Amino acid sequence: MAALLEALDLTKHYDVETGGFFRRTRTALRAVDGVNLTIEPGETLGLVGESGCGKSTLGRLLIRLIPATRGQILFDGQELTRLNPRELRAARKGMQIVFQDPFGALNPRMSVEETVMEPLLIHGSRRGPATREAVTRMLDKVGLPDSARYRFPHEFSGGQRQRIGIARALILNPKLVICDEPVSALDVSVQAQIVNLLSDLQRELGLTYLFIAHDLGVVKHISTRVAVMYLGKVVEIADKRSLYARPSHPYTQALLASVPVTHPSHRKRGSAREARITGDIPTALAPPPGCRFHTRCPHVMPVCRTDEPAMRAAGVAHQAACHLLPA
Amino acid sequence: MTLLEVSDLTTSFQTGGGEVTAVENVSFSLEKGQILGIVGESGSGKSVTALAIMGLLPRPPARIRGGRIHFEGHDLLRLPDRSMQRLRGPGIAMVFQEPMTSLNPVFTIGEQIMETIRAHESVSQKACFARAVEMLEKVGIPSATARMTDYPHQLSGGQRQRVMLAIALVCRPRLLIADEPTTALDVTIQAQILELLMDLRDEFGMAIIMITHNMGVIAETADRVLVMYAGRTVEQAKVDRLFDHPLHPYTRGLLSCVPTLDQDQDRLIAIPGNLPEPSRRPSGCRFSARCPHAVQACSDAIPPLELYERDHAAACFRVRDLP
Repeated sequence: MAALLEALDLTKHYDVETGGFFRRTRTALRAVDGVNLTIEPGETLGLVGESGCGKSTLGRLLIRLIPATRGQILFDGQELTRLNPRELRAARKGMQIVFQDPFGALNPRMSVEETVMEPLLIHGSRRGPATREAVTRMLDKVGLPDSARYRFPHEFSGGQRQRIGIARALILNPKLVICDEPVSALDVSVQAQIVNLLSDLQRELGLTYLFIAHDLGVVKHISTRVAVMYLGKVVEIADKRSLYARPSHPYTQALLASVPVTHPSHRKRGSAREARITGDIPTALAPPPGCRFHTRCPHVMPVCRTDEPAMRAAGVAHQAACHLLPA
Repeated sequence: MTLLEVSDLTTSFQTGGGEVTAVENVSFSLEKGQILGIVGESGSGKSVTALAIMGLLPRPPARIRGGRIHFEGHDLLRLPDRSMQRLRGPGIAMVFQEPMTSLNPVFTIGEQIMETIRAHESVSQKACFARAVEMLEKVGIPSATARMTDYPHQLSGGQRQRVMLAIALVCRPRLLIADEPTTALDVTIQAQILELLMDLRDEFGMAIIMITHNMGVIAETADRVLVMYAGRTVEQAKVDRLFDHPLHPYTRGLLSCVPTLDQDQDRLIAIPGNLPEPSRRPSGCRFSARCPHAVQACSDAIPPLELYERDHAAACFRVRDLP
C-alpha cells in the first residue's frame, strides 16, 4: 500500500541571534534536521522524545503549518512543499491538527458551534441547515451534548475542551490528524477518556494519526509504530511491540528505563538501575558532532564523536541510527 | 516521635461567589525519614494542604476553619510569624512545580542559595559560599563554582529544579515538601531528580511529603500514601498495600486508567465524567457522580474514613460490597 505521507530529508532551521549586544551573530537552530518518515494509511505513528527534540516542529512541518527549510513532503500523492497557497488550502482539508493546550487552542469569543463550523465555512460551505446538521453529528461523535453548541469555551472543563478541538479537526473529514500532545494537559482521570475517544474515532472514520507525546505509556497504548526523536533527528523507528520489547538505540533504552515503575516492589535503586543517562539534552543551536546522543550515551565509542550514524536495520520493520548496530 | 501531625485540617477560600472549601478534615502523620505521597488531581486540595503546613496560605482570602498542624511539638497554626519564619528552612522546606517562576530572575543562583543560609545562620561570606557550592554539587550541578554566578535563565529546566532543591535543602530541613517536583520535567530528568531525593533522604534522614498526580512517582518513592479527591482524603495506606489492594473506587480508577509499559489493553478503563469544581462539589461522597459503584446512600451522606485493615483506611460506603 502506498504511504499516506512521506517526508524526505525534512529540515527546519530557525535563525536565531546569539551573543551579547555588541557581538551579535546569527546561528541556525536545527529544530528538525534531515528527517525521513512515512505514515501508512490507517496507522497511528507515535512520535516521542524529550522537550526540545523537535517533535512538535516536525508535526507542524508535515502539514506545512510552518514552511520547511529543506526537504519534501508527499501527502496523498501531492508534493506539499511546492503547492501555492490556494492549492495548499485545498490540501489542508485532508490534514488537520489537535493541539496540546485546550485552553489556548480555542477562541474564547467563539461559541462551540462557530468553532466547529468554521473549517467548513473556510472551505466553501455556506452557513445553513446542512452545516448546522454537520456540527450536530460531530458533537455527538465526540461525546458532547447538542446543547453545548451555544456555549463558550470557558464553560467547559479541559477534557470537554479537548473534545471541541477534536470536533473542529474532524469536521472536514481529514485523512491525517496530527495529535500534538492531546492529553498531556489533562488530569489523569480524564486522559483515558480522550485516548479512548481518539481510538474509537480512528476505527469509525478510518483516520490516520501522528500521535506526538512524551508519555511513553500512552504512546505504547495508542500507536501502531513508534518513532523516537532526539535533537532534531529520528534515532529509532519500529513497530510498537518491537520497539518496547527490544529498544536498540541507547537513547530509547534510557527513555524506557526512566519511566517510573508501576508497582513499588519493582523499585530499583543505585546500581540496579540500568541504562541510566545523566545530564540534559544539549542545545539545538550547537548539536554535538557525530552522533548527537554521544555526550550522554553510556556506550559511547570514538567513532560516535566524529561520524553521524545512518539508519540501520535492527530487526524486522525496526531501524535505529547507532554505530553499535552492524552496518 | 512523630515529626508532623496534621489533624482534621479544614481550609476555605473567600471568593466572589461565597466561601469555597478547599480541604476538608484531612489528617495524617509523618515520622522522621519517611516519605508520604499525596496523590490527587487538580482541585483535590493537595497543594493547599502543603501551603497550610508551610504557613504560606494568604489569609485572607484563605481561612483555616479547623484542625491542627503539629510539627515537632509546635502548633504551627498558632506560631507567631517570626517563629514560623525561623522554622522554614531548617525545619520545613518546600520545592514547587514551576522552577522558572520560583527563582528570582534578577539574582544569580549563588546569591539565592546564600541568602537562604544567611537568613538562618550567621556565617562568614567565605563559609557561606563554600556551603552553597557544596550543596550545588550535591544536587548534581556540574562545575558548581562556575555556576554560582549564573542567572536562572541560563540554566535548563532540570538544572533549575536542582537549584530549587539546593535552596530548599541547604539548611538541612527535617521535612521537605515537594509539590509536583518533576511534573514539568522530562522522564530522564524526572528519574534523576527522584533518585536524588531518595539519596538525600537516606543521607540526611529527612522526611518528605511528595505531592503528585502521577502514580508512577508514588510507586518509585513513597512509603505511605494519601489519596485525595475534591478536598477530602479517600484512602490512606502503606504503598505496597495500596497498589496491591486499593479499596476506594477512585484509587482503583487512578491505578487502572493510566496505560503502563508492562501491559497491553485494547481499551483504557476510563473514569467517566469530569472533576467537580470546588464550588460545585456533589453532596455526599464527592466521587459519587463518577463512581461506577455508587448507590443512593453515597449521595446522601459523606462516607467517613474508616480503617479496614491495619494501617489501611478508606472513605467509601461500598468497600465491603466491591469485587
